[in-house]
Amino acid sequence: MEDVLFFIAAIGAVVGAIGVIALRNPFYSVLALVSHLLSLALLFLLLEAQFVAAAQIVVYAGAVMVLYVFVVSYVGGQGEPLASIGPGLGGVGLVLCIGLFVELSIAILGSGLHAIDTDGAKLGPGFGTPGQIGQLLLTKFLFPFEIASFLLLVAAVGAVVLARRRRGIDAPDEPLPPRDRLELTAAEVMRIPRAGSQAESIGLGQEEKEEQGGW
Amino acid sequence: MTVAWYLVVSALIFCVGAAGVLVRRSPLVILLCLELMLNAGNLALIAFSRMTGTGDGQIFAIIVMVVAACEVVVGLGIIVALYRRRLPIDVDQLRRLHG
Amino acid sequence: MSPTTWAWICLALPLAGCLFNAFVGRHLPGERTAGWIGTLAIGLSFVAAVGAFVALMGHSPDDRTFTSTAWDYADSVGVNAKLTILIDPLSVYMMLVVSGVSALIHLYSCVYVWKDRGFVRYFAYLNFFVFSMLLLVMAGNFVPLIIGWAFVGAASYMLISFWFRRTTATRAGIKAFVINVIGDVGLVLGTYFIVFRGSGSLDFLDTFKHVQAAFPPNDSDLVAGCILLLVGAFAKSAQVPLHTWLPDAMEGPTPVSALIHAATMVTAGVYLIARMHPLFEDATAAADVGTVVGCATLVIAATIALSQTDIKRVIAYSTMSQIGYMIMAVSASAYAAGLFHLFTHAFFKALLFMAAGSIIGAMGGEQSLDKMGGFRRALPFTFACFLAGGLALSAFPLFSGYFSKDDILALIGGEGGWHWILYVLGYLGAFLTALYTFRMIFRAFLGPECKEARELRETGHIAHHEHPFNPETYEEEDTDVGFPGPGHYIAEQQWPMKVAMGTLAIGAIFGGLIQVPFVDDLVNVYLRPDFVNDPTYEKVINGPSDGLVIFGLILSAVIAIGGIALAYVIWVRRPSIAVAFRERFRPLYELSFHKWWFDELYDAVFVRPGATVGRWASNVFERVVIDGLVNGTVSVVRAGSSVVRGAQDGFLRVYAALLLLGLALVALWFLLQST
Repeated sequence: MEDVLFFIAAIGAVVGAIGVIALRNPFYSVLALVSHLLSLALLFLLLEAQFVAAAQIVVYAGAVMVLYVFVVSYVGGQGEPLASIGPGLGGVGLVLCIGLFVELSIAILGSGLHAIDTDGAKLGPGFGTPGQIGQLLLTKFLFPFEIASFLLLVAAVGAVVLARRRRGIDAPDEPLPPRDRLELTAAEVMRIPRAGSQAESIGLGQEEKEEQGGW
Repeated sequence: MTVAWYLVVSALIFCVGAAGVLVRRSPLVILLCLELMLNAGNLALIAFSRMTGTGDGQIFAIIVMVVAACEVVVGLGIIVALYRRRLPIDVDQLRRLHG
Repeated sequence: MSPTTWAWICLALPLAGCLFNAFVGRHLPGERTAGWIGTLAIGLSFVAAVGAFVALMGHSPDDRTFTSTAWDYADSVGVNAKLTILIDPLSVYMMLVVSGVSALIHLYSCVYVWKDRGFVRYFAYLNFFVFSMLLLVMAGNFVPLIIGWAFVGAASYMLISFWFRRTTATRAGIKAFVINVIGDVGLVLGTYFIVFRGSGSLDFLDTFKHVQAAFPPNDSDLVAGCILLLVGAFAKSAQVPLHTWLPDAMEGPTPVSALIHAATMVTAGVYLIARMHPLFEDATAAADVGTVVGCATLVIAATIALSQTDIKRVIAYSTMSQIGYMIMAVSASAYAAGLFHLFTHAFFKALLFMAAGSIIGAMGGEQSLDKMGGFRRALPFTFACFLAGGLALSAFPLFSGYFSKDDILALIGGEGGWHWILYVLGYLGAFLTALYTFRMIFRAFLGPECKEARELRETGHIAHHEHPFNPETYEEEDTDVGFPGPGHYIAEQQWPMKVAMGTLAIGAIFGGLIQVPFVDDLVNVYLRPDFVNDPTYEKVINGPSDGLVIFGLILSAVIAIGGIALAYVIWVRRPSIAVAFRERFRPLYELSFHKWWFDELYDAVFVRPGATVGRWASNVFERVVIDGLVNGTVSVVRAGSSVVRGAQDGFLRVYAALLLLGLALVALWFLLQST
């Protein structure tokens, strides 16, 4: 029974992964990833990691993927043709990754770590339960736990900063630059309109003024 | 199934994700492929946790999920900012930072 | 106050004057205040020198050697270098001559460079020169000697090329400096041989005490050291073969020529040999070299002076010749005689230069004898000064030069042996001296009046040329900074010039009376404490018999009067004789006029090959090898970096691919490691 479930979950995960990279429409890629995540949750369950499996579904598939869906719908899911790949990277990339997989497999299967070939160590009671996770988080891994929460705060602040409007909520938009500009400078991405560029702040910017962009 | 099977599956998913990063041009999809690679790492961690019988790997996997979430948030924020500026959402065309 | 205190004051005053003029001189009120301050500094320095003299005389003759150390520069690697001054009769004698003549020349200069834009700079340089010369003569060990030696060379360079926009002047300055440096090298190497291979101490008194013990007579190290010192002396005193800079040095202002190239700097070589006399006593081979070179120079310079037409150059060659006498004397152990001639020569030569400055002023800057004539009535005072100086120079009886030159020749004759040749050549030189001196005087002052002289006599106005010009090449100039100013002055109209020249004239006429044979012997007596331990000196002093002395006096008088008479005949009575003579003896004339072709020889042997090497170094070596290496390195680095830069092309996916490639390789490596 276990083996069957393993194969179902494994095949589901791999198919989902291939779907992510092969489907042209980003919406479909997101959906493929969701299915991949669910398969992975099943694999976690098979490995007796109950809490992590639940967290995977709730947090990853439930929150992070929803966020993705929001952004994809905002940005627009125009697909791009797979064939128009940049500097000849498609074939090379695939070959490289196949090679990497072969290498890793050799490493795993030929490993001197004999415990890999077993089903795993003997488990105590409560392995993988929320209770054990909680205990570990609050005793042995307290510091990473606190840092992780700090990291989440930083990420939230960063997201707000990146995506905000520049001059408050009720300020009108400035005219945007044309969409087909081919090159982007970091200065343009970070530009705060009506505040000038760093070059201007030291008195050099007059000849570099281009049309004020965006927010 | 022995632990080795799970590890091979993890390696396979990792390589699929890496291929996706190399092949796709939309930053959104590249982020998704990054998620794939992170998940592969998670799977390996859980497998090893099962192998050793301690819960450390699972804690690590949870923290990885937290980090993945943060990274996704920031990455999507960048993509939103790009979109707002009417810049092409295509990594091959966003290459002003070169040497 | 002790002699050394006076000496420090004497040394410090010119330095103070120089610094004051250098920093503050431009902001002083009045037009010529910097000049008066410079003159005052040297005047007070002379007073201090007199004070040192009096203080020295207050001690008994055996006790007239004082040293004083200001500070210790360094005491390591077996060398103890201190700033020490040595005050004994010789150094006080030189101090008096240097500061006295310098004070008068400063006074003269207050007028001579009046309207020149570089007035303040001139006095700063001149004070610096006096300071350096005093440091040189007061030096108590080799260190301040070498320092003073180098400084006077630098001051000479700065003053020769004072009018720095005049190309001939700057070239002359460089030539003087290069030849001086050759002398400096000789001096330093000589010091090495003497000090480091011999006495072990830089101090003069120590070295002199130990020279007998350290070196056997005519030891090769000592002779080498002394010959190198002689190289230094010859370069500084313009003796053959290092003499070519002195005539060119006449490019400097006339008071500079008077001070540096007549009275003081060129006598530094004479002083050096006199100071180092214990060494030369022991290395008689080197002393003989000095004697021969001095004699050769005096003859060669006298022959050249016969054909020169630039009035300053005639006086310059005359200086060279007279210093030949002095070098000959001090090398032959007749120290007091040589120094006595130094003293009288300072007076009459400075006087001659000052008078030449006056007549050049009357000519509006023209220096050629061919253009001068008949100034006797227009410039009576200058004529009188020229006569006084010229008679002293020609050793006319009872003038100062008569006694001093005669003293030298009598002592040399008294040494006997091969020195008789020098005796004869010395008198030949004296004859030529009388001849060329009065050639110059008669051509300039007697004969038909040139138009400048007539204008001056009739109207009292000095000739004024529309466009200032270079007296050598007649190129046009202006009167802005870097060229001479527009003012031309004559002694008759300017009291400072008159006072200075008058004082020197009195000295030139009566200065010889301090050492008249059979009457008094003041110089000898005064300087005796310095040379008292010198057996050769005693022998030389007592060498000539009375008969030889009297014979010499009479011969000198005859030669001087004969030379003046011949000059009168040739250049006043029958100028055609000179022209005929020149045609008859064309090769001799050419030899004299082209200065024995020394300049051409040096040009061919040293200057042109040097320039060729320099050009090769600049064009080939510098451009190809050095620039090639440096720029080549730059290019290699640039090429390497642009190769590396190619990896940063901005494509995100290429970066990711490289990352993964790296990861795969690392994993591969670990895989291989573990097998």
